[in-house]
Amino acid sequence: MISPMTDLAYSWPHLFPEVLLAGFALLGVFFGALMGGDRRFGLISILGVAALVGAGVLAIVHQPLAPVHILQGAMVIDGVGVFAKALIAFAAAATLTLGADHFNNTGERRFEFPILVVLATLGMFVMVSARDLITLYVGVELQSLCAYILAAWRRDDAYSSEAGLKYFVLSAIASGLLLFGASFVYGFTGSIHFDVIASVVSEGGGGVGVIFGLVLMLCALGFKMSAAPFHMWTPDVYEGAPTPVTAFFAAAPKVAAVVLMARLLYEPFAAMIGQWGQVVMALSAISMVWGSLGALLQTNLKRLMAYSSITNMGFVLMGLASGGEQGPVSALIYLALYLPATIGIFGLILSMRREGLPAETVQDLAGLAKTRAWAAALLTMLLFSVAGIPPFAGFIGKLLVLSAAVDAALYWLAILGGVAAVVAAAYYLRLLASIWFSAPAAPLQRPSGAVALTAATAAILSFPVLVFALGFIERWAEAAVRMSF
Amino acid sequence: MSEMLEGWPLLSILTFLPAAGAIWVMAARAMSPGENPGFDRGVRLITLIVTLATFAASLVVLAAFDHENPDYQFVENVPWAFGIAYRMGVDSMAMSLIVLTTFLTPLCILASWSIDKQVSSYMVLFLILETLMIGVFCAQDIILFYLFFEGGLIPMFILIGVWGGSRRVYAAFKFFLYTLLGSLLMLVAIVAIISIAGTSSIPELTAYARQTGFDADLQIWLWLAFFASFAVKMPMWPVHTWLPDAHVEAPTAASVVLAAILLKMGGYGFLRFSLPMFPDASHFFTPMVFALSVVAIVWASLVAFRQLDIKKLIAYSSVAHMGFVTMGIFSGNMQGVQGAIFQMLSHGVISGALFLCVGVVYDRMHTREIAFYGGLVNRMPVYAAIFMLFTLGNVGLPGTSGFPGEILTMVGAFQVNAWVAAGAALGVILSAAYALTLYRKVAFGVIENPKLAGITDLDGREWITFAPLVIATLVMGLAPSLVFDFTHASAEAVVNAFAGNAP
Repeated sequence: MISPMTDLAYSWPHLFPEVLLAGFALLGVFFGALMGGDRRFGLISILGVAALVGAGVLAIVHQPLAPVHILQGAMVIDGVGVFAKALIAFAAAATLTLGADHFNNTGERRFEFPILVVLATLGMFVMVSARDLITLYVGVELQSLCAYILAAWRRDDAYSSEAGLKYFVLSAIASGLLLFGASFVYGFTGSIHFDVIASVVSEGGGGVGVIFGLVLMLCALGFKMSAAPFHMWTPDVYEGAPTPVTAFFAAAPKVAAVVLMARLLYEPFAAMIGQWGQVVMALSAISMVWGSLGALLQTNLKRLMAYSSITNMGFVLMGLASGGEQGPVSALIYLALYLPATIGIFGLILSMRREGLPAETVQDLAGLAKTRAWAAALLTMLLFSVAGIPPFAGFIGKLLVLSAAVDAALYWLAILGGVAAVVAAAYYLRLLASIWFSAPAAPLQRPSGAVALTAATAAILSFPVLVFALGFIERWAEAAVRMSF
Repeated sequence: MSEMLEGWPLLSILTFLPAAGAIWVMAARAMSPGENPGFDRGVRLITLIVTLATFAASLVVLAAFDHENPDYQFVENVPWAFGIAYRMGVDSMAMSLIVLTTFLTPLCILASWSIDKQVSSYMVLFLILETLMIGVFCAQDIILFYLFFEGGLIPMFILIGVWGGSRRVYAAFKFFLYTLLGSLLMLVAIVAIISIAGTSSIPELTAYARQTGFDADLQIWLWLAFFASFAVKMPMWPVHTWLPDAHVEAPTAASVVLAAILLKMGGYGFLRFSLPMFPDASHFFTPMVFALSVVAIVWASLVAFRQLDIKKLIAYSSVAHMGFVTMGIFSGNMQGVQGAIFQMLSHGVISGALFLCVGVVYDRMHTREIAFYGGLVNRMPVYAAIFMLFTLGNVGLPGTSGFPGEILTMVGAFQVNAWVAAGAALGVILSAAYALTLYRKVAFGVIENPKLAGITDLDGREWITFAPLVIATLVMGLAPSLVFDFTHASAEAVVNAFAGNAP
């Protein structure tokens, strides 16, 4: 047993990204309280974006060649963790940009917003590098607590408060399930450490108690990533929360939850694929079907995007359910391609303001192709990308999870995914029909530079231009999975 | 000449030339203060020039193409990711369809001159559509093929939905979702064959199918999945119901492209994938395809006879004519396959021309109702003559391009099953019935509708639009061997693969 001080000295350089985020959050609160006035909002937001980008870059730069176990095995710095941190950091930075710009325009300049986003991101960083059950839980809770507050951000607004409360109560149940499941796993394997659990499980120990615990934990994580049937909070919270917060929820936390689930499944419980495969397949199938059917009748853009994210999580889970190396690789790449499209869509929704309020319903987009041809073109590309229609990037993601599923002989799941994608296409088409085929509604305000830039970048990333970067993403994701699992 | 072109990525240039034109139009749109009549004129001109340049480029490629060589030519191969490569290459079958595409697109642009709503968006979409259509026939990687194949839905969806008729939104949705469902089933099958054969290159997959072969039971499922996509695209009875809606609602030029080129992707798919890769399953399902083809020919002809809308009538006649194509393809002999390829090309020209004929009177009168018209020959003699030629081509009169394809597919089918050929022959008679009736009602007689009193004959632009089509119809009808010689090599390759013989 090495001494705590030696361990800390050894671990410290590997924690630079986390330390940067935590340091920013603490100093931000301190100076924010000291400074006063409206100017601090802009300043802290800019610094927050810088801290997030910095953390992402640091994570990439400090990527080790082999997994490094730090803090006495509580955390691990490895390929998948770094891949996830990069995605999370950039997604959080983009959504923070959108949010800061939006709140700046609406006059709700409360400086805690960037700090909460950064703290939530810190929680996600901990989630994706957790290597024991306690760290896992701490990461999840740090992320969730920030998320509750963000959901209720517009505290005078009944919807926003409702969203925050609903999210809190339901999420607390999920956290309870997570802890309950973790306690079962601990009780039946005798350890909270993933490697000990892995060795017990691979020797066939633990028995039904471990399975019970794992299933409970999967339910809780399914809740966090809004996989059906644990999705019921998603539409309400998406609708009630302020749109930039919704954009944040739709992007970074999904990555964290998926990667955490992948780590849990492929590290400690890798030997139990026969058992958890069934559960993940069921989650995937139900999410794809329910997400695509549920979206058909929605008229609110944010509810629609909520169902869209449920469907997309179903596809990610299809990748995870497939096992092998290709399964997690396809899930990671799917996420990497899905994120820019989602952020771009929310960016464009935010940019379509009428009297200061962002577009809320499908009808608000009517005739966009006539009034703002460029925004319409970008949105069209992004929606087709999320729908998985070639030649856009989202298609590549769908192709990869489908081939992972077919390789694993999960033909029924692949065919179900194909059918669900058609149903899902129907509601994206409804949006597009509103954009292209309807008569223009009242004119929209011009988007601000930051929003337009973020949306355009996202659209370009989901365009076939990404084609040239695909080989790079593929190599990165494969190397990450090989190193980690 | 071919030495001079050595080393150039000819097919990529050909494929992406229209896309470059689309970027040109978008850049012009971004720089101009807004849409106005002068700007619109410029955009139309740019688009016409780009599509003509593409046609010229395709002729250059055609000139350098060696049609006696059955292998893929002008091959480009750039590795990409996930084992997928950017592989391009054409054989004579693909080359002939590419030339059909590039030949028709400038004519479509000319026919779209009267579009005055969101002109730049329309032209951009049309150019992107052309890129995707050419790409389908060039792609030598099955995933790349799928990218182009499926990507074509997007511009078509918007073209129908924005510039279409009164039920355009319904038609656009139906078109998109129908086709997508078929295609996604095919995608699962594509993923499965890549996983089994370990390659996504079409030539390698074909070679694998010839040497090792896909498991016979699995072939049945794979064949059905591909069939789901191509049968919808073709369209075969009973999954054709999207076609009349899409055709009727689409703007003229989109109808032309839909009938002339997008439908051919189904036939091309059968020839490129179903027959060579799943020969056992193709043999197994031949009776079913024959039955569906005959039903399509007879039934669609009967339905066409009852139509009140000119476009719908032509749409159903397309379903019938595509029945000949599937029948020819699955007869699996030289006559059948050659006839099917010829019929695809001929139908591309004739049905395209017929939709343009409808467009001419629709532009003037804004209705497609058959009962509205009558006696057009009195006011529009030139139009009536041209319409006559294409109607007769549609019927399959010897001397027009409609004849060789129909007769050869029937000869091909006769060798396999005489009853099928007999059923198809019945369809030929019925096609004369509906097409000539349509012509009689629209063109002959005296003008009874007072609104037609002022209708004018073809103007200069329309002359230019129709002249190449008239020439193509007559040349292909009088000298069909030009086409047959050209497509011989790849037809032989398909027949050999189907029969299980090594070449």
